[in-house]
Amino acid sequence: MSVGYQAPRLRTSGGLRDRVMRREGTLRRLDWVLILAVLALSVLGSLMVWSATQSKPALVGADPTAYLKRNIINLAIGLVLGAATTLFDYRALRAYAPVVYVASVIGLLAVLSPLGSTINGAHSWIVLPGGQSIQPAEFAKVALVVGLAMVLSEKRDGEDEPRDIDVLQALVLAAVPLGLIMLQPDLGTGLVIGFLILGMIAVSGAPARWVVGLIAAVVLGGFVVVQGGVLQDYQVKRLTSFVNPSADQKGAGYNTAQARIAIGSGGVTGYGLFNGPQTNGGFVPEQQTDFIFTVAGEELGLVGAGGLVGLLGLVLWRGSRIASRAPDLFGRLVAVGVVCWFAFQAFENIGMCLGIMPVTGVPLPFISYGGSSTFANLMAVGLLLNVHQGRYA
Amino acid sequence: MSERSGLRLVVLQVLVVSLLATLLGRLWFLQVLVSDRYKGFADANTVRQVVTPAVRGQILDDQGRPLARNRTAMVVSVNRVVMDKEPDGGKALVTRLAGLLRKPQAELWNRTRLCGPESKIIGCWRGSPYQPIPITDQADSTAAQQILERREDFPGVNAELTAIREYPAPLGANAAHLIGYLGPVTDAELAKRSGSGAKGATDLQQTDQTGRAGLEAQYDDLLRGTPGVRKVAVDIAGKVANEVSDQPSVPGNYLVTSLDSKVQAVTEQALAEAIRNARTKGDPNKRGKTFTADSGAAVVMDVRTGRVVAMASYPDYDLKVWDNGLSAAENTALTAPSSNYPLISRATQGDFAPASTFKVVSTSAIAKAGYPLGASYDCPSSYTVGNRRISNYESEGYGVISLQRALEVSCDTVWYKIAYEQWLKDGGLGPKKPADIFITMAKAYGLGKRTGIDLPDENSGRVIDRAYKKETWAKKKTIWCARAVKEKATATTEHDRLVAAIDQENCDTYYQYRAGDAVNFAIGQGDTVVTPLQMARVYSAVANGGTLWTPQLATAELRPDGTVVRRFAPKKAGTLPVSAQTLAFLRQSLTGVTTVGTGKGPFLGFPLAAVPVASKTGTGEVAGKDSTSWFTSFAPSNAPQYAVVMMVSQGGTGSGISGPGVRKIYEALYGISGSTVTPAKAAIPGVVPPTALPRVTPDGTVIAPRSTAPAAPASPGPASTAVAATAALTVDPRASTRSRGGGVA
Repeated sequence: MSVGYQAPRLRTSGGLRDRVMRREGTLRRLDWVLILAVLALSVLGSLMVWSATQSKPALVGADPTAYLKRNIINLAIGLVLGAATTLFDYRALRAYAPVVYVASVIGLLAVLSPLGSTINGAHSWIVLPGGQSIQPAEFAKVALVVGLAMVLSEKRDGEDEPRDIDVLQALVLAAVPLGLIMLQPDLGTGLVIGFLILGMIAVSGAPARWVVGLIAAVVLGGFVVVQGGVLQDYQVKRLTSFVNPSADQKGAGYNTAQARIAIGSGGVTGYGLFNGPQTNGGFVPEQQTDFIFTVAGEELGLVGAGGLVGLLGLVLWRGSRIASRAPDLFGRLVAVGVVCWFAFQAFENIGMCLGIMPVTGVPLPFISYGGSSTFANLMAVGLLLNVHQGRYA
Repeated sequence: MSERSGLRLVVLQVLVVSLLATLLGRLWFLQVLVSDRYKGFADANTVRQVVTPAVRGQILDDQGRPLARNRTAMVVSVNRVVMDKEPDGGKALVTRLAGLLRKPQAELWNRTRLCGPESKIIGCWRGSPYQPIPITDQADSTAAQQILERREDFPGVNAELTAIREYPAPLGANAAHLIGYLGPVTDAELAKRSGSGAKGATDLQQTDQTGRAGLEAQYDDLLRGTPGVRKVAVDIAGKVANEVSDQPSVPGNYLVTSLDSKVQAVTEQALAEAIRNARTKGDPNKRGKTFTADSGAAVVMDVRTGRVVAMASYPDYDLKVWDNGLSAAENTALTAPSSNYPLISRATQGDFAPASTFKVVSTSAIAKAGYPLGASYDCPSSYTVGNRRISNYESEGYGVISLQRALEVSCDTVWYKIAYEQWLKDGGLGPKKPADIFITMAKAYGLGKRTGIDLPDENSGRVIDRAYKKETWAKKKTIWCARAVKEKATATTEHDRLVAAIDQENCDTYYQYRAGDAVNFAIGQGDTVVTPLQMARVYSAVANGGTLWTPQLATAELRPDGTVVRRFAPKKAGTLPVSAQTLAFLRQSLTGVTTVGTGKGPFLGFPLAAVPVASKTGTGEVAGKDSTSWFTSFAPSNAPQYAVVMMVSQGGTGSGISGPGVRKIYEALYGISGSTVTPAKAAIPGVVPPTALPRVTPDGTVIAPRSTAPAAPASPGPASTAVAATAALTVDPRASTRSRGGGVA
């Protein structure tokens, strides 16, 4: 399935079947723990999406499984994309990084052009003629992971670690999509990308001043953004409602209050799938996307929601294991980028549902309904598997 | 790859693990530690209560006639919360409603206003603003249909069939002061009662009505029942998804009372007539002089149980005024000073000097102190106590007479002399362990204390004793002293100087128990006051041989299906410290009052041989006002069954005004017309109060109890021995007087 280059050391005496099934074949070089964890999360996510939408005719119309069906289609497409990413030649990834990067920047520019649409206050979408909508920012994360890894791992004069000029180059590279995303504005994705950049630069071995400086910049930037009127009113309200959730119960604080009611009332074992009164009554808004975790909390209780966090932990563990065993710095940075992305996005999303993080609309990886994010997440898993394969290369 | 990279990767891994641990910790906090709180919030979100008010239990009289029941009416109510959201505060809405219901706009508007502490709005709403406010129960079905169909014109307005309390006044018995009325529950009551957990306290709902006076208030818990609560799960739009629980309403229980509507109606009419006579025809004893007769009361008590058969108070009012909220005119009629406060029950809340009716207490006191009942006593026209000369009523002297005669003619000077002697014996102004025989006996008869009748807000009356005088002096002396100084300085007439002298005397020595206090007390004058109900109990105790009952209206609690929940047994409050001989002497003397004494006039032509009546008149002098007319009695005096007491404030003499009223009541009780007694025509079938309860059949029909045959008195004891003694004597009272010396005393 590899496109373009052939892996030189691969023994190519047999056919495709032989290649895949051999001792060192593709299937055996996959991280099956990671794959099973991701599949389990995807199944769980489908059930959650189903439960969150089945009782809401306004969303699903006459067919209670409408969202479930669409989610399964998304997953199928995502798995194909993930598999393609997995099988893509490891070395070729680097070569294609600039292409992917440029494509994603174009996508982000398209959003800001008249092609883009506003959904829930964020101008983040391109609605296709078929009614499908895509969110280029999700794909930008994939592009940035690969692009930054390429820049930061480019060896010059035999040095093992990126020089200041490389870091600077990486930052400039990152600044373009980040800036475009903040213009939409999509604060949540911006934060995820910020964390991703920080993690990759830190693990690249760049001088400590960069790491410290970036952390300081993020803190300062956050302060300026909130206080300095850079954010839209609704964003400030969301953020401050997190600090003081009871201030505006019916307005901005309403979502988080309802989310906590759903999760808290679930108790240890939950009400059972499809049986959550808050979920069925439609009290939690955006429940199939941003607040999907509340379905798990209410219906599956501590057992199910904790298990979900555990599965995410498993994915992150496998991801960081792949990073530490990566064949080269490029592979390691790709894996680190994906781990940082998943880790922070999951923390931000679940933390928001639990009332310990501000409300910023990011989806919960593998669980939330949404085509673009599903595709991007599975492609990211594909990147991890690709790096994993690289060990054997 | 550098070592630094590996190290930082480890740091990153630690960071990720700590992020996940944070999430799990928070999850554990929400779902384990504080989960119950959030379950509560979740229920508040999704569970709505639909409250169905319980049907309130009926109040029945002794024959099962409903004194209070329910009818169904089309009630139109408005929702204040919705109304306040209208741009004009709902003015246009009320105007539209007024047009539809054909009612004055202002009246309906007032109905929707909330009563504040200082509210002057007539008909304002006393309940919670979050409860639908009823504005009329007289809507016809066309109007109701319009309201329900034109939702856009009538937002928040509802029309539905509702159970409305109704007071049918059977046989014309009003009994407003006894039955009471209802009012919407207040927020304060809701807060107090919810979760109080008090025994018998049912949970109040915002839509509830609670008793505000009379039996409705006294037995509110029994009558109210439990409202039905249906809990339904709703979605965010308020649409009902499913039923969570359904607790049907439990209707309130029935209260059976000892009141008899027929006797009650007669009692009310007799009282009203007595007052009318005092105002128009005047007092025959006073050559037709008319009186103010501002108010009055009458009580009919079963002396064998203390149960109240009838109790009237004048002025009264029609309970129907509460049906639709008060109109301005009705409000004035109930509360303006000119109306003389018809809401106050004079029978239980009126304080009046007992005057000569008190002499049964005084007689008991001196008998106990050792004065022989058979001896003769001097009854001069006046008696000098210290330096004050006090006269007999109308300054009449009777010479040396028996004690019975002294009671029959209501001689005061006999009591003055004895009271003065006792006062001196107690140490006069320097008391040494005073016996205070009259005060002690008055308290033993239950005066100065609430009788404990099952009605709210009863007055205790007042017995002026030494402690009372000391306390009052401590409280009021500065006022009296200051007033005396001022009055002396400005006094111009003799009257002014007298007033000043009284204030000066009070300022100096009110704390003392003076001779004047003692002698006044012995004849029921002075500051000592009683309620008519207390006097009915005093005479019941004399009649029944010394048992002081706690007056009671309730006889039983029934379930709506007719099963008896409990019977209210007669409650004994105490036994008089009076010998059987003394009580027999009193019954005999009081019988004489009706045949040859001050009570003779009103009972001329009454068949006393068949129904001998024992009575006592009282004419209480009130400074600056017409005198209080009392007539206290019981009958038949040879086997007492009923005590009947009537009092007319500023009504003239006891025998001239109240006496004829009491006679009317006896005529009804015994089926007397002229001088013929027809037991079949008695107000209560079987003449005596029924011992059986009216039966409520499961379909709600009430069947009167089978009448109790006029059998021999149920309880032997002091009463029946006394009966034997008096029975032989009543044929010729004078003969009995003669025989008394050896026989009874």
